[in-house]
Amino acid sequence: MQERPIRVLIAKPGLDGHDRGAKVLARALRDAGMEVIYTGLRQTPEQIVETGIQEDVDVIGLSILSGAHNHLFPRVMELLREKGAEDILVIGGGIIPEDDIPALKEKGIAEIFTPGTTTREVIEYIREHVQQR
Amino acid sequence: MTLVEGILAGKQRAIARLITLVENRPREAVPVLQDLYPHTGKALVIGITGPPGAGKSTLVARLTRRLRQRGKTVGIIAVDPTSPFTGGAILGDRIRMQELATDPGVFIRSMGTRGSLGGLAKATHNVIRILDAAGKDYIFVETVGVGQSEVDIVKTADSTLVVLVPGLGDDIQTIKAGILEIADIFVVNKADRQGADRLVAELEMMLDLSEKEVAWRPPVYTTVATGNQGIDAVLEGIEEHVRHLYQNGQLEARRRERYRAEIMAIVEEEIKARLLGQWSAGSLEELLEEVAARAKDPYAAAREILKPWTGNGKGGS
Repeated sequence: MQERPIRVLIAKPGLDGHDRGAKVLARALRDAGMEVIYTGLRQTPEQIVETGIQEDVDVIGLSILSGAHNHLFPRVMELLREKGAEDILVIGGGIIPEDDIPALKEKGIAEIFTPGTTTREVIEYIREHVQQR
Repeated sequence: MTLVEGILAGKQRAIARLITLVENRPREAVPVLQDLYPHTGKALVIGITGPPGAGKSTLVARLTRRLRQRGKTVGIIAVDPTSPFTGGAILGDRIRMQELATDPGVFIRSMGTRGSLGGLAKATHNVIRILDAAGKDYIFVETVGVGQSEVDIVKTADSTLVVLVPGLGDDIQTIKAGILEIADIFVVNKADRQGADRLVAELEMMLDLSEKEVAWRPPVYTTVATGNQGIDAVLEGIEEHVRHLYQNGQLEARRRERYRAEIMAIVEEEIKARLLGQWSAGSLEELLEEVAARAKDPYAAAREILKPWTGNGKGGS
């Protein structure tokens, strides 16, 4: 067991009601020894950022299947910067077209995981990129 | 702004950071906790316990909303179980509380039990103190979904609510020892379901059977937390219980008991750290070998560890 567990917020911004992927990932991260805060469906960027700060997470994972990622992901980054919490690692997943990915990364999303990604890949990515504090 | 100033000003990020520190590296947090201590003791600590799925999180969210309407600030500590196998956890109590996420007068923190077995996390009492210093008027502590005997909450809260739901068993369940003995207030939630009236009757009967003359008989309330029914009555019940505690000096007595337990726990931990600090992992391992080989018994091994303190290696007091 690690000295301290990595804390991850798994959040579903926007209006789609599909959280199977988010739950599968939450479970996989739990089994990898992480503390996963799960907040349920239909979260606003404001709720997500405030939750991330109060829970002092190392990582925020945004899952979205509605197509609104180009609006909602940058909004999360903007709010994190406003609150001085841009040190939190933000990753995204869901149905996200390849063409949209460069712009999202430019806005500060560290990595985007599209369908077909294994949970192992996500776990390894988090372990490598979290700044232990 | 220092961490202490940030906490006293109620800054969310400062509160969150210090909580992480007391969870992960408690010894490093000690100086900050010491600076905060004079600013604590003002918050009312309300414990919420009960079986999994009884509606504890929803009830906390509804009670909090009412308190916010009355201008009170609220801290919420929600504990969920840590896996004993991987050390991981799914902390899901917030799902029922997210309407409160952006309210600056509410601070919610989810905690994994991280090996503690009494229904709370080890750092819980320090997290309470941080939220208290940050100026929260009420602090709700929601335990993990409990079975029958996880009763640490009663050593932590000023007032303890036991939340039950109909359909979990017969009337013998209500006369067993354990969590039913720690209630200051009973809440029968999901009271729109079949069996709620019977559960209320069984609880009342259990309370009638109590032999000792009690100054406070726990009231039994019915709620439908999702439908916002019965919430005001529960809040009044809490207030009445707290008034009762104030009036006969019980609040002070309960808190004193808590201070005693806390000081003793710190002393024990410090003694253990100091004594074991003189042993390398290897030499402890050797001692263990001797015990395993029946060359030494566990008492003799413990006495050896205590030797620098007792002086003669023979134990005694």
